[in-house]
Amino acid sequence: MNGDKGEVIKVSGPLVIARGLTGARMYEMVRVGEANLFGEIIEIKGDDYSIQVYEETEGIGPGQPVVRTKEPLSVELGPGLIRSIYDGVQRPLDTLAQDFGEYIVRGAERPALDRSSKWNFNPVAKIGDSVEPGDVLGTVQESNLVVHKIMVPPGRSGIVKKIGPVTGNVDSEVAVIEGPEGLFSVTMVQRWPVRDPRPVAKKLMPTDPMTTGQRVIDMFFPITKGGTACVPGPFGSGKTVVQHQLAKWADAEIVVYVGCGERGNEMTDVLMEFPHLKDPASGEPLMERTVLVANTSNMPVAAREASVFTGITIAEYFRDMGYSVALMADSTSRWAEAMREISGRLEEMPGEEGYPAYLGSRIASFYERAGNVICLGSEKRSAALSLIGAVSPPGGDLSEPVVQATLRVVKIFWGLDDKLAFSRHFPAINWLTSYSLYQNIVDKSADEHLDALWSTNRKRAMGMLQREAELEELVRLVGIDALPYDDRLLLQGAKIIREDFLHQNAFDERDTYTSLKKQFMLLKMILHYYDEAKVAMTAGATLDSLLSLKVLDDIARAKLIPEDDPGQFAVLENRITETIRELTRK
Amino acid sequence: MAGITKEYRTVKQVAGPLMLVEGVEGVTYGELADIKLQNGMVRRGRVLEINGDKAMVQVFEGTSGLSPQDVRVKFLAKGMELGVSIDMLGRVFDGFGRPTDDGPAIIPEKYLNVNGNPMNPFSRDYPNEFIQTGISTIDLLNTLVRGQKLPLFSGSGLPHSHLAAQIARQAKVLKTGEKFAVVFAAMGITFEESEFFVADFRRTGAIERSVLFINLADDPPIERIALPRMALTAAEYLAFEKDMHVLVILIDLTNYCEALREISAARREVPGRRGYPGYLYTDLSTLYERAGRIKGKTGSITQIPVLTMPEDDKTHPIPDLTGYITEGQIMIHRGLHTLGIYPPVDVLPSLSRLKDKGIGAGKTREDHADVMNQLYSAYARGKNAKELAVVLGESALSETDILFVKFADAFEDRFVRQGEDENRTIEESLRIGWELLAMLPKNELKRVRDAYLEKYYPKQ
Repeated sequence: MNGDKGEVIKVSGPLVIARGLTGARMYEMVRVGEANLFGEIIEIKGDDYSIQVYEETEGIGPGQPVVRTKEPLSVELGPGLIRSIYDGVQRPLDTLAQDFGEYIVRGAERPALDRSSKWNFNPVAKIGDSVEPGDVLGTVQESNLVVHKIMVPPGRSGIVKKIGPVTGNVDSEVAVIEGPEGLFSVTMVQRWPVRDPRPVAKKLMPTDPMTTGQRVIDMFFPITKGGTACVPGPFGSGKTVVQHQLAKWADAEIVVYVGCGERGNEMTDVLMEFPHLKDPASGEPLMERTVLVANTSNMPVAAREASVFTGITIAEYFRDMGYSVALMADSTSRWAEAMREISGRLEEMPGEEGYPAYLGSRIASFYERAGNVICLGSEKRSAALSLIGAVSPPGGDLSEPVVQATLRVVKIFWGLDDKLAFSRHFPAINWLTSYSLYQNIVDKSADEHLDALWSTNRKRAMGMLQREAELEELVRLVGIDALPYDDRLLLQGAKIIREDFLHQNAFDERDTYTSLKKQFMLLKMILHYYDEAKVAMTAGATLDSLLSLKVLDDIARAKLIPEDDPGQFAVLENRITETIRELTRK
Repeated sequence: MAGITKEYRTVKQVAGPLMLVEGVEGVTYGELADIKLQNGMVRRGRVLEINGDKAMVQVFEGTSGLSPQDVRVKFLAKGMELGVSIDMLGRVFDGFGRPTDDGPAIIPEKYLNVNGNPMNPFSRDYPNEFIQTGISTIDLLNTLVRGQKLPLFSGSGLPHSHLAAQIARQAKVLKTGEKFAVVFAAMGITFEESEFFVADFRRTGAIERSVLFINLADDPPIERIALPRMALTAAEYLAFEKDMHVLVILIDLTNYCEALREISAARREVPGRRGYPGYLYTDLSTLYERAGRIKGKTGSITQIPVLTMPEDDKTHPIPDLTGYITEGQIMIHRGLHTLGIYPPVDVLPSLSRLKDKGIGAGKTREDHADVMNQLYSAYARGKNAKELAVVLGESALSETDILFVKFADAFEDRFVRQGEDENRTIEESLRIGWELLAMLPKNELKRVRDAYLEKYYPKQ
């Protein structure tokens, strides 16, 4: 016997236990109680079905109905995703605000893709074509930046029987295909269960750098398209600013930003700022390539658990079209905490710090959904999905389970340091502890395409910074006067690298983004000063005179040299040479 | 709804603040209950878990003196509500919103569920209006804006109450003619602390535009769970229905969290760090996130939560989780307090995340950001040099470093220190900032734009 409708037995916070749902499956969605709340089956014990409910459960009690939807938690994929803001279970927050007011009321439901928007479908495939999963049937111009490809859904194939230009909402039929099981109709919208990765033809090693315009990242700890990174740091160290900067300036074609259990005002900030910011490559507003998922900390915890999956499924869908996609999840710790909370309510045996024992495998399987891939479809499109997760370790303690489980799978570690943040050095990425396993790939690419000296200069600069740290310790013991002059000059060089290269002001219009080319010239110019100064010192110039040169002010301001005026760097280098040589001429 | 008027005499277990009622019908999660004792007294409870015909009820006033045989429980078929009215201004309430002063009963305009609903992020308006608190370390360096939540992280025996009261007294926006109110939520503080606030509000007349919710240290701890929700519901009503700018002072969150831990322990939940429940973050966020502004509405809610860090430890779960939710923090420093500096705000680890949107030309002054950055970095450098001097002796410092050390001392003495009734305008704070910066050579002031140096650097 199949039960389409059961009844509530027990309610404890977001966890509801129901009976009479025989035949229901794990992760099936149900509607709970008279208030019609969203829920998902997360455990089955005999006839007891444990349901995590995505909304506040006040007023739910035994005897109230539970209705099956017979479908796992799924998202709608189609034109209209771009520029949207969704909650953790893909409810459109803008439509909810319009229809239900400023507060999110329970049981509110609206389709994720607005049915009143009309789209123009331009066919690419022709009648009689044989198509396989992932093949592009046609395109829709979704925003000024995004051409949305309507693809044959995974698992479907056949001969196109009917196709043509269509104008209509996402439910409009755009093609009819005759498959092995008979005719089926294709609309502009697909549904996909969020907990299942969307299939690809093949996964590849990452090969191309993803530039971010952030000097410390691009130069020293670069990320690739399809790469995975984590940004752990205590509160106040600037995780969210780093994530926002990447969402703004990373050279991805699509950005999905998941605000998972974080502050409401931060999402508002993104919503207000992105429409006004211009994408450096196209000049179009950044919002034209962005999808937002916002499940702030005060929104229901179970929907927070789902939000990262909702986000990554949307990201995968755009990747399947052949785009380079970047997903930022801020913060994965809140996601892990949501898992812990649900696990506690299920009375599961806890692992470390109360987190469930499956924490590590869940985190790993999430990050594994990133990658450089060949998409499904006969075109063999290549595409990439990069994933950057913020982690908020309690007390900044990196030995805690979420950081450790994350570090086991990601390839890049941008460790934020509160000491740097206190001294207002932003981004507070610690250059001594951070690492990127993609360094070689990016070095190779930059040496080939940008300047053969790229990796050499990078290594020199990093060497100076490491040496600085050693010398600093020495200075702490014996004082600066005990150091030989060349070491003191090195300290000066390292200081300039720190203050005038690594330090970058996200809120300054010009400083917020630096192209690779300018980064290279900036670092080259700093190293030039150091080299010239070293030569001058052996020729008799005093250290003090080298440290008090007026040209140092110009070096400090060089990061503000406009992108379109690179000639200024050559002028500045000449000035450095001249003023330093002047010192020894006297 | 057959069970509404039914009284149950089936209490089976009492443990800590919880009791188990069996054989119930039609009871729902979160429902309120009246618990009648044999002596006629009535206590309030709330359903924390309902399993078949067994309801677990949390008793707000505590279970002391309860005997399972004598208790009658009536479920009220509604969640916790607060009757709101504009007449709440000037009044004092307990943790359930019952008046505790001598005034008349409040005739509610309507009843609101105290849990509220989460604000839709799409409907939020970004906080960017500068609030002048008259305190230099806040206004100039950790600017507070309308709709922000900016906690004071303090420790036992530090003057956080004085600072919070001073903020409540002096806070204003540079525009005039706007309606302003204070909601004061005291959780488990002492009579003396509470009297300090009430007397201060009376002295300045602020009481007329204040709503006070007070649960003292000897009041039932479990009531502290309800209290901030009552207070924030009143704040939301005043802000978004009566167009007022509401400043909410929540003191002391540490007591709130301990009450939460008590219930969690009584329920035998799997504990997270230091015995606090795993959902502490979520629970705190449902309080803090009720600050904000809404598009198209005049009013706003600004929160100043106050918490005392056990052992002044910032990594303790309460300040730690708070810091992850709030938009910055003001750190109160024991060392400065010992030196006799009031307010003892430790500038370096303090932070206001929303300051950038609330300062600059048209809001405060064009040079604000530059002066702020310069003061920070100069003070940080001075402190570093001081540490160095401790290890190596003063002679190890360069001439410039000595200047910075002097700067750091003067900064603490003239900029950080101010009177409890000293209400500095932002111009005054900036002026003091510039006077201090003038102690340093001009070429060391790298964070200030030349144009501003030209215009504002004091002429000798």
